[in-house]
Amino acid sequence: MRQVMTQDDLVRVTRRIAHEILERNQGLDGVILLGIPTRGKPFADRLAAELSSIEDRPVRAGSLDIGLYRDDLDLRPRTRLGPTIIPDDIDAKTVVLIDDVLFTGRTIRAALDALTDIGRPAAVQLAVVVDRGHRQLPIRADFVGKNIPTSQQERVSVHFSEIDENDGVWIGEADSA
Amino acid sequence: MNDIVISGGSILTADGIESLDIGITGTKVTEIGENLEGARVVDARGSWVGPSFVDIHTHLREPGYEWKETIATGTEAAAAGGYGAVVAMPNTDPVTDNAQIAMFVAHKGAQAGFTDVFPAGAITMGRAGEKMSHIDEMWDAGVRVFTDDGDSVDDAAVLRLAMDYIANLGGVISQHAVDADLSRHGFMHEGPVSSLLGMAGIPAEAEEIVIARDIALVRLTGVRYHVQHIASARGVELIAQAKAQGLAVTAEATPHHLMFDDTFVATMDPDYKMMPPLRSPADREALREGLRSGVIDVVGTDHAPHAPREQEVPFEHAPNGVTGLEWAASVANEVIGDDQKRFFAAMSQIPAEIASIPDHGLALEVGADANIVVFDPTLEWTATRTRSMSRNAPYLGSTLRGKVLATMLRGDVTYSDDS
Amino acid sequence: MKHLLTTEDLDRETLEELLTDADEFYEVLHRPIPKVPALRGKTVATMFFEPSTRTKMSFDKAAKALSADTMAFSASTSSLSKGESLKDTALTVRAMGVDLMVVRHGATGAPWRLAEWLDIPIVNAGDGAHQHPTQALLDCLTIKQRFGSLDGLRIAIVGDIKHSRVARSDIFAMATLGAEVILVGPPTLLPLDADDWPVKMTTDLDSVLGSVDVVYLLRVQLERGGGSVFPSLPEYTARYGMTNERFARLKDDAIVMHPGPMNRGVEIAHEVADDHRALILQQVTNGVAARMAVLFHLLGGESNE
Repeated sequence: MRQVMTQDDLVRVTRRIAHEILERNQGLDGVILLGIPTRGKPFADRLAAELSSIEDRPVRAGSLDIGLYRDDLDLRPRTRLGPTIIPDDIDAKTVVLIDDVLFTGRTIRAALDALTDIGRPAAVQLAVVVDRGHRQLPIRADFVGKNIPTSQQERVSVHFSEIDENDGVWIGEADSA
Repeated sequence: MNDIVISGGSILTADGIESLDIGITGTKVTEIGENLEGARVVDARGSWVGPSFVDIHTHLREPGYEWKETIATGTEAAAAGGYGAVVAMPNTDPVTDNAQIAMFVAHKGAQAGFTDVFPAGAITMGRAGEKMSHIDEMWDAGVRVFTDDGDSVDDAAVLRLAMDYIANLGGVISQHAVDADLSRHGFMHEGPVSSLLGMAGIPAEAEEIVIARDIALVRLTGVRYHVQHIASARGVELIAQAKAQGLAVTAEATPHHLMFDDTFVATMDPDYKMMPPLRSPADREALREGLRSGVIDVVGTDHAPHAPREQEVPFEHAPNGVTGLEWAASVANEVIGDDQKRFFAAMSQIPAEIASIPDHGLALEVGADANIVVFDPTLEWTATRTRSMSRNAPYLGSTLRGKVLATMLRGDVTYSDDS
Repeated sequence: MKHLLTTEDLDRETLEELLTDADEFYEVLHRPIPKVPALRGKTVATMFFEPSTRTKMSFDKAAKALSADTMAFSASTSSLSKGESLKDTALTVRAMGVDLMVVRHGATGAPWRLAEWLDIPIVNAGDGAHQHPTQALLDCLTIKQRFGSLDGLRIAIVGDIKHSRVARSDIFAMATLGAEVILVGPPTLLPLDADDWPVKMTTDLDSVLGSVDVVYLLRVQLERGGGSVFPSLPEYTARYGMTNERFARLKDDAIVMHPGPMNRGVEIAHEVADDHRALILQQVTNGVAARMAVLFHLLGGESNE
């Protein structure tokens, strides 16, 4: 396993993306932040904290679990369902989906399906810590912390000290099975 | 030179147990001694040799239920289990309550040639518990055991009259000792397991009250009385008391009641469903002790075949009963332990006496009919097949200790272990 | 977990996982589109050999909310004599391409036999007086929603426990989740030989009323009542009914529950049934969520835990 982003890198990336979100949406009016559990949620919370600090008013992030929308339940292990907390009505709003790693794009596709069942947002944007390539669907991120080319066999791990032992991004060999 | 010599075994003679060879020619035992010669030799080293077993409680299902078993298939299974004679229960269709059916059953048994078949006669017409069956004409046709098995005779007045009648002839009344009212709505032993399963139970008292009442009538009438498939510790106590009082009371335990208890019913498998039901581990222990001590005189299989389709139903809907002819000896061996005399007493000698069956169950001696079984008491084997038409047996797939190697009916080898 | 047949062998971790997931499904059921595609393409068959409307509809709704297809088989007890065609019926339905079977049967152990004969997950929706595990899940979910956790709660189950599959399922699930369970009923309706059960037992409801957090009322089976297992219905109500007077003596935050259908005026007073502290309708809603959790666990792919 080799480290490709440090704790400081994560802090800088969080700050930059927060500003990009503000710039792109000309403020936070009508913007809803939703982290995708498991590790999209702490990233979303950090973005919300950064935005709170910049805008000098409380900003909260919700969460959107996609465990019930996956298209590969027969192929990969089922994980525990995480909470889905939508802080406000999403109709006609801009939803910013937030996740740790963008890889095949299937997680985001599932998230888009989930959003459709919850309401009708005016626009959906995507913020990720790492884009590692190898897309299987026509999906792209609007806000990217770092582009890291990887091979299919590698595994990218983003750690947040809220739920992991440390902060940072590592790349290693994928576990078998 | 003898036709057959059974050599090297431990044989049960009138004088006790001896390590000798046995020679058979034609239908008789012709020689007992050392280093005998025979055209065919059966190697009995390490085995017990004694009178072939007698089952005092078998359901052959013919006439009327030939999809479960026939006299031919049932007796073939019996021979494989070491039996030379079986008493066939009368809950056939039509019921064996007259001489014609009795003679039919005996004749079919003779035709099949695996064991002798001694039909039991119903006590009441149609086993309905109301009026006496054709006891006299059945007696003349050779019937000596009378039972309404499948049901108990509930009416004490009817039972008393039948007892008086049969006592005078010298027959034995074999009673399915389970109270109809207490058992009608239950499916298993009433106890902690039934409570957890929410299944209606049958308390052990359902047997106790029938046995206690019947013993009083035995005292009154002097009839010979045999309790079938005893399943409760209290029942064993009552038998012991009756014997101590000198009453002509005997009892049998089935292999399944000796092997299993109500905890097996938690599997929901109908192979553990029978009447009376499998009772508590403490009851089972009392049965085992009773068989060892002789309070329970004999092992009776209550071999009760049911077709596979009848078993593929929820537990409560399955018919009662399991088969057992091929495995009874192994179970008796495990319970009794290393006691050849008690083993043959329980499996052959006493059943023949109770059922008044001639030429069976006797210690081996020159001039007697060659009804012999060779049984290896230490051989471990797995029960994988059955010669019965039915497979409702909890033993299939189990490993048992003790196996029949050969069975002989009047000199004819009716079963030989091919492994 | 291959089947859900009984709560006796569900450990605490599995129970909590199912309840947590049920919470998520509760949220799904309150969305504008109360449906997720998780079990799209799967077929769930409900095989009810005993009459039932509520439980059947609840499972049907749960399956549909997960986008599964459903098939219903119902048999009045008179047309299937002695269950002789149970195996054949099940195999036939299976051959139509069914991925999971929900079974309710009057004979104890019927779902176990189906699990023996079929290669698909079986959910027990009630077998004889034995088990009804999804009822226990929705009951525990309701209590958890109200109190946060079952640890240390005192729960009285009142009524015909001896013949109740709901009671048996609840007892083990609630005890595993840390509750203290007290069985209350007339002596003829308390279970026999239950010394090993994780419960206390009493025939005196009034002695525990003031100290319990949950009173769980069982339906008086009217077909049994009056003269055979207890003297009469009014006498039952006097000793074991949740009357208005008894309701007033409960702790302020105690709740009343009932698996339904209720006999108003017998085991539960009319006004009590409609009180906000009687959570009967909440139980029903939770029933769909709990059953969604079960179906998702059994059909939603292998767990990685």
